[in-house]
Amino acid sequence: MTSSSGDRLLDVRGLTVRFPTSDGIVQAVSDVSFTLSRGETLGIVGESGSGKSVSNLAIMGLLNRARTVISGEVEFKGRDLLTLPPDELRKVRGKEIAMVFQDPFACLHPMYRVGAQIAEAFTAHSDAGKDAAWKRAVELLDHVGIPNAKSRARDYPHQFSGGMRQRAMIAMALVHNPDILICDEPTTALDVTVQAQILELIEDVKREFDIGVILVTHDLGVVAETATSVMVMYAGRVMEYGPAAEIFRKPQHPYAWGLLDSMPTIERRLDALVPIEGSPPSLLAPPTGCPFHPRCPYRFEPCAIERPPLEIPADGAHLDACFLPYEKKVELGEQRAKKVAA
Amino acid sequence: MTFYIARRLFWTAIVVAAVIAITFVVFYLLPAGDPALRFAGKNPNPQQLELIRERLGLDHPWYVQFVKFIKNFFTGDQYGWPGLGYTFAGQSSVLHLILDRAPRTLFLIAGAAVIWLFSGVSIGIISAVRRRTLIDRAAMGFALFGISAPVFWLGLMGLYIFWRQLGWSSGTGYVSPVDSITGFIGHMWLPWVVLAMLYAAFYARMTRNNLLETLGEDYIRTARAKGLTERQVIFKHGLRASLTPIVTMFGLDIALLVGGAVITESVFNLQGLGYLAINGATTQDLPTVLGVVLLAALAVALMNLVVDILYAFIDPRVRYA
Repeated sequence: MTSSSGDRLLDVRGLTVRFPTSDGIVQAVSDVSFTLSRGETLGIVGESGSGKSVSNLAIMGLLNRARTVISGEVEFKGRDLLTLPPDELRKVRGKEIAMVFQDPFACLHPMYRVGAQIAEAFTAHSDAGKDAAWKRAVELLDHVGIPNAKSRARDYPHQFSGGMRQRAMIAMALVHNPDILICDEPTTALDVTVQAQILELIEDVKREFDIGVILVTHDLGVVAETATSVMVMYAGRVMEYGPAAEIFRKPQHPYAWGLLDSMPTIERRLDALVPIEGSPPSLLAPPTGCPFHPRCPYRFEPCAIERPPLEIPADGAHLDACFLPYEKKVELGEQRAKKVAA
Repeated sequence: MTFYIARRLFWTAIVVAAVIAITFVVFYLLPAGDPALRFAGKNPNPQQLELIRERLGLDHPWYVQFVKFIKNFFTGDQYGWPGLGYTFAGQSSVLHLILDRAPRTLFLIAGAAVIWLFSGVSIGIISAVRRRTLIDRAAMGFALFGISAPVFWLGLMGLYIFWRQLGWSSGTGYVSPVDSITGFIGHMWLPWVVLAMLYAAFYARMTRNNLLETLGEDYIRTARAKGLTERQVIFKHGLRASLTPIVTMFGLDIALLVGGAVITESVFNLQGLGYLAINGATTQDLPTVLGVVLLAALAVALMNLVVDILYAFIDPRVRYA
């Protein structure tokens, strides 16, 4: 199969994930739609519990099917991953779609050698012998920048630093040249200096292997550095979705403004940071209407009653879910930009 | 590692010596009366008692006896090495007595250990994998039964059903495998099962809990994300991490049973080490008690060492210096 940059890889439509619990149904993800193309880095941003990780676990089929209700469609190479039999989905996992997780300290098995764990990811989807798999592991460790890969492959995870473990996780994800790499908070558990290196590595890998990357994070700074498109999630719903440059230059949703204003930058002093008042809603009983309305300083009559649809409000704008008139959004957005500049 | 083992062996010796000393002290503090009186027959005269005391070595204070015991242990006595002296009662060698009884207990432990390890761990795995199903509930019900049922009751019920009623067991007593292998198994299989029952229940519970805990770890999610089959995820990644504490438990349980399988030995009249110890204690036969205590203490201390060393091989994070 020939592939080229820009090919549509993933088409997620109306993804909804619910966890029935004894206290009621947790609506973790509601009606989430997005696409991912080759060469694209999609940044999914939101606070903890906004459903960003759960969406990806659902796509990978890593949620316990017995205790989850998933609906919607996840189209990948002409197949719907959500209706694929478990064993078919297993063959996709780690081969065509690979995943890197948040905490590299906990994500590697403490009792197996790093090289062996990567080699195992290789043999999971190929008939290669042990030696070939080990060679592949060493090759990839070297590729992701582990010095002395040949001898370090024989190390156990506790002998690796945090950054090296995350590199090893990325190496593990790459063994089969996947089409999609999902990175779930890949830098959250790492030192700041290492974070930049890992992000750079993910970017390099994306270019070199020509894949699509989904980058889940609560850190807008991370997204600003690498994403080509951004999806802002809140309480399991998409609030705003569009090209990264537009989201950062002309954010349309009050929640996105809140996120941006609470993000520290070099220019902005700490006392100029504006936190979003209140806390995210319970997903057991989400607010009626717009889920953000209880915390939104710009709410008006319809917000509490009706849910704003995810639409493009005007030509040249991108998707948002907010009832404010577009002119008002532009005006408020400009005021905001001035305040930041001041 | 060598230095570590040497250091541990040194402490093992200290611990065992302390255990022996404590046994001496306890023996002499117990208000059980004078052992010499027991052997003197009815209405002994003081001269006879004095003679008996001298012969049994009881005319010295306990610490002198203790030092003599330690000395004999290392230099040996007329019955060979290690010197454990002779019993008060029958004037026979404690060493020979122990060598005669030890195989009974060791065979009992070995057979039961194999049964409980395999059944316990298997039941635990099935239970964890089929969590909250009927199989899980049945298995945990069995575990509760195994833990709650007293061994003497289980043993007697087993004997009644499988020996008296069904005739599948050859009943109580011990037959050496050297004499008759079928007789040996006929007599041993029931005590094996009965002794294994309690431990199997414990191991099933422990395996289940450990495995469930492990399966919630992040590296299990990684294993699934790699696209491993569920079998590989559970049996390779899950079991590896959850069996480590079981290895520790297993080593210590076996060691403790060397002197502690008393009830099973009594119910099935196997007359092993536990029986010997109880018999020695009730007849104030210090040398016999000392012999068994020494063996049991050694077993516990050495198994501890073995387990710790094994741990370093199982878990790469553990390294001894």
